Amino acid sequence: MIKYLLVFVAIIGIGYIFLPFVMEFSTPTKLNPLATSYVQGSVNELNMPNVVTAIVVTYRGLDTLGEVTVLFLATAGVGFLLKRKHDMVNHRRKCSEILCTGASLLTPLIVLFGVYIFAHGHLSPGGGFQGGVVIASGFLLLVMANISFHFSHNLIHFSESISGFIYVLLGLAGLVLLGANSFLDPRYLPAGKWLDIVSTGAVPIIYSIIGIKGGSELCSVIDSLQHGGTEL
Amino acid sequence: MMVLICGLLLMLIGIWAMLIKKNIIRIIIGFSILDTGTHLVIVAIGYVKHATAPIVDKAVNISQNAEGGIQVLGKVVDPVPSALVLTAIVIGLAVTALLLSFAVRLYKVGNSLNINDYEELKW
Repeated sequence: MIKYLLVFVAIIGIGYIFLPFVMEFSTPTKLNPLATSYVQGSVNELNMPNVVTAIVVTYRGLDTLGEVTVLFLATAGVGFLLKRKHDMVNHRRKCSEILCTGASLLTPLIVLFGVYIFAHGHLSPGGGFQGGVVIASGFLLLVMANISFHFSHNLIHFSESISGFIYVLLGLAGLVLLGANSFLDPRYLPAGKWLDIVSTGAVPIIYSIIGIKGGSELCSVIDSLQHGGTEL
Repeated sequence: MMVLICGLLLMLIGIWAMLIKKNIIRIIIGFSILDTGTHLVIVAIGYVKHATAPIVDKAVNISQNAEGGIQVLGKVVDPVPSALVLTAIVIGLAVTALLLSFAVRLYKVGNSLNINDYEELKW
């Protein structure tokens, strides 16, 4: 009983912390100066229509690098907690007709859609992380449909580490080619035409690398969770 | 404004579930709800009245200024919170997977998902 009371007090307290924030909040009617300069800079300096991508990849690129690291750490934690054995037996039953047929039809389309999302991240809504998650969901469908499907560990680890390495290298290329204070600056490649898929410097390459990185990380999570249920 | 309040309510519900539920899976669901509420709050902070997504295309008014640069006239929402939420969603997914694998591990070791059965950290 005392526990419920304490939880109640805690919830009320947290709600009370939020109260002044809600009371004084009013939806702004115009953009603040920082966001305005980001929008203008994305359009004029980087030639990029999607301002969110400009922030994620370029202006706050270091944050994204850190985030990829956090993703890697979480994946490594999952892999560490759910170690797999090689000679494990599979207790799952065979997939139903609908799932099997649907998976064989949809998996290539989902993976292709994921590639489309991260390749067009600088032009339209989308980007590396979203594309990677979509690709991983396609592989999840494949795993659910086929009992005998196994990820190649070497391939996953190779694509994971090589894409992370290339990401850092692309960031360092900006530092080397454009001088100091330009880590992850994509402008060492030509800006290209407005709304062209090969434009905005190195951003499509960086975002594709992030997409491959995120996709392979999540595939390795799926792999660990798939095999983790059968042994200690 | 509505989105902000809903997000804060979701955060409170998530914290409540994390504190009061006994089943580890439900605690993880509570964490997920807290995560989603935080995302809603961050997105609501970045919203600008009657604005569109921060993607400069036909839906946004633009004009050429004197130096040949493009001036964005139409209203767009603040892109910084959107970018933050974009990354936070993926991190939330990875952290949820990590929590679930902890749950799997705990179930194998202690053969129970009830949080009361694990008394090592109790005082």
